[in-house]
Amino acid sequence: MSKNRENSILLEMKNISIEGYSDEVWHPIIKGVDLQIHRGEILGLIGESGAGKSTLGLAAMGFVRAGCRFTGGSVLFGDQDLTKMNEIEKRELWGTKFSYVAQSAAAAFNPAHRLINQTIEASISHGISKTETLEQEAITLYEEMQLPNPTEIGDRFPHQVSGGQLQRTMTAMAMSSKPDLIIFDEPTTALDVTTQVNVLATIRNIVKEHNTAAIYITHDLAVVAQMADRIQVLRYGNTIEESETNKMLKTPKEDYTKSLWAVRSIKKKENKNKEKILTINNIDASYGSGPKVLQNVSIEVPKGGTVAIVGESGSGKSTTARVVTGLLPPDKGEIIFQGQKLTPNLSDRSKEDLRKIQMVYQSPDTSMNPKHTVRDIIGRPLEFYHNMKGKEYTNRVIDLLKMIELDETFIDRLPSELSGGQKQRICIARALAAEPDLIICDEVTSALDQIVQEGILKLLLRLQKELSITYIFITHDIATVKAISDEVVVMHNGLVVEQGMKSEIFSPPHPDYTKLLLSSVPEMDPNWLTKILSSKK
Amino acid sequence: MHPILSTLIKRIGLGIVSLFFVSLIIFSSIQLLPGDFVEAQLGQARTEETVAAFRKELGLDKPYHIRYVNWVTAAVQGDLGSTFSGRNASYANQPQQSTARTVTSLLKPRLYNTFFLAAMTAIIAVPLSLLLGITAALYRNTFYDRAVNASALTTISMPEFFVAYILIIFLASIYQFFPSLSNVTSSTPFLERVYLSILPALTLTLVTVAHMMRMTRAAIINLLSSPYIEMAELKGLSRSKVIIKHALPNAWAPISNIIAFNLAYLIVGVVVVEVVFVYPGVGQLMVDSVIKRDIPVVQGCALVFALTYILLNLLADVISIITNPRLLYPK
Repeated sequence: MSKNRENSILLEMKNISIEGYSDEVWHPIIKGVDLQIHRGEILGLIGESGAGKSTLGLAAMGFVRAGCRFTGGSVLFGDQDLTKMNEIEKRELWGTKFSYVAQSAAAAFNPAHRLINQTIEASISHGISKTETLEQEAITLYEEMQLPNPTEIGDRFPHQVSGGQLQRTMTAMAMSSKPDLIIFDEPTTALDVTTQVNVLATIRNIVKEHNTAAIYITHDLAVVAQMADRIQVLRYGNTIEESETNKMLKTPKEDYTKSLWAVRSIKKKENKNKEKILTINNIDASYGSGPKVLQNVSIEVPKGGTVAIVGESGSGKSTTARVVTGLLPPDKGEIIFQGQKLTPNLSDRSKEDLRKIQMVYQSPDTSMNPKHTVRDIIGRPLEFYHNMKGKEYTNRVIDLLKMIELDETFIDRLPSELSGGQKQRICIARALAAEPDLIICDEVTSALDQIVQEGILKLLLRLQKELSITYIFITHDIATVKAISDEVVVMHNGLVVEQGMKSEIFSPPHPDYTKLLLSSVPEMDPNWLTKILSSKK
Repeated sequence: MHPILSTLIKRIGLGIVSLFFVSLIIFSSIQLLPGDFVEAQLGQARTEETVAAFRKELGLDKPYHIRYVNWVTAAVQGDLGSTFSGRNASYANQPQQSTARTVTSLLKPRLYNTFFLAAMTAIIAVPLSLLLGITAALYRNTFYDRAVNASALTTISMPEFFVAYILIIFLASIYQFFPSLSNVTSSTPFLERVYLSILPALTLTLVTVAHMMRMTRAAIINLLSSPYIEMAELKGLSRSKVIIKHALPNAWAPISNIIAFNLAYLIVGVVVVEVVFVYPGVGQLMVDSVIKRDIPVVQGCALVFALTYILLNLLADVISIITNPRLLYPK
């Protein structure tokens, strides 16, 4: 790291300001940020959504998205100021000196072209080398990125390889022209944790080996701790704090920086309850005539407790929720709720059964009608299940708003007038309005920032205490599981790997899959990735 | 079996089913047309006996469903029946001397003319609208884009006959470049046929380009906010490369649909232009036959039109499939 310090400055942004155009006004997005990057150095850029990380990352290439503009400052690359160059001059640098790795590899690859052609496209169009040479080099890069079948994978189309492989291919694509600087924009956010470990390791190796400088953008402090030499924290378009990685983790100066790992500080004491509210016995389920998505799944949910179902995408977590709610009648097996067998199909269930089980979804944006006000959204179950009208109805809506720590001024707002955290609170209030015994929370905090997540989790815990509601909490995030659950169910490929009290699941011995899953969750220790990799070998 | 092949077979099967339903609709709606060929043809002097005999000869005495089955069975074998109007009512009592022509022989030269005009228009209009659409997307919101859009909208806003007469005034009357009458016959040599058909082809080009061009432009611009387009820009590719290499290949499905729609229109919807230029196409034949209550010809034309629509849409489907690697190269 000290060696990097001695290297010369590759790129320097001075007092850069960027504005974005929306609702017919220009809003500041980046408010005078300084940023330096040395040759061969990895700079971590961290902050929550809306902090301006991506905008700043792209601005390092002299690029602003449509509807944005530079309003001040300079981006110095050598003796050139990128903010003063025209498009044609900048195009000479893009794809040669600078490369970009986007968040969603699935969307950033053109579905119409083969991977190899996209990998070497920039180098070909800039005339860096001959096609055959570049293809050979690309294969070497695929090898370095540990892609399976490096000689043949390039002939595939993007939809024919997995998300993790695509993300690695994109890094190879960025490396193809041997750039001086690569911007990684949340490259592992869309990946499962077990996939993320490998992608992180390969990215780190290749960048270090080629001595390429990189700006690594992420919202996950633990991830950036593995990757970066230096970390810069952004909030609302300003730099909050900037220092060497080790120093930042040991002695963060600003409260805001400390709050970035807030969820990790909630620790619910686990409670054991013998009485079961819900028992799922030997469930098999599938969509249409497709393969079995759930196989022989049995889960027990204690009354008044929280069961976290944890697993990666495709593990069958959400399908389990769909079976419990009756949205997907199972192929076989039974669901026993409060001592009685539930009818498999939603449309055959009594209103009372429907009322007792409520759901909160991952994305409040799509689970609320954008044309309904908060009153309509929360009030609908009051009307439907409890026949409330008039003053009683309004009072109850206000009560519910208070329960979720919002005041009555919110009652006439539309979802578009709420923040992400507030929207999720409204969804929780809507579930509460039915006065349910069981709430299924499907990845309810995944789309939210750390601090907002903390607020939502604390709210859920408080409500549980006051109303003794039972939760099934579906998540892929181990930190959330640790924060909120009493019992944990680990799922993988439609099977239950294990179920038990939180303390049992998180202490060894583990089944192989649980071990892999737990070991893949990045920790704050900057040497974590190195340790994991050496322990694998 | 390759999934594309099975999709294709499914589409063809669906096409046949739709054609069957269309034939039902054609047959039953024509029964609803007011007026009667026999009574019209025999005039005031008709007697009950002559009417009955004439009906019998034309097969009109049989019940609807039997007539439908006979018609469809023959049509499947390529026989669309005989026209009514070729017959002479005075021979009604001696059917063996009937001079009726078959619908197919009447339809064939007309159909050739219609396809000729449609092909000629398509050869000009399709490349032109693709070119204009792509360049308008490339230089969007510039003066060029606005000028192309404005002129395209102007031509599409005017009725076809109006466009046709304007062209006649300028290109046939004031400057006598082209003839205003396109009365081709089956013996017209090829080059002369092209020359005679220029004005109707030009009219139809002006009418269809706007639609195709604007849809091409929209299909491409729709893709320009995709992350892979941003990625292409950040590779330092030029704007034209970004559009032609990265946007266009993903826009073929909507574009081919709109082209198929317009080609179908060129075949089935050009009766007004045919009338203006006295061009002997199927459209005119169909309108004439409706006036004469010549039911077999009307049914034949309608069936051919339906078939054209179905085939062109099938073609557009095939193009959407083969330009989509997700379908062409399954996992």
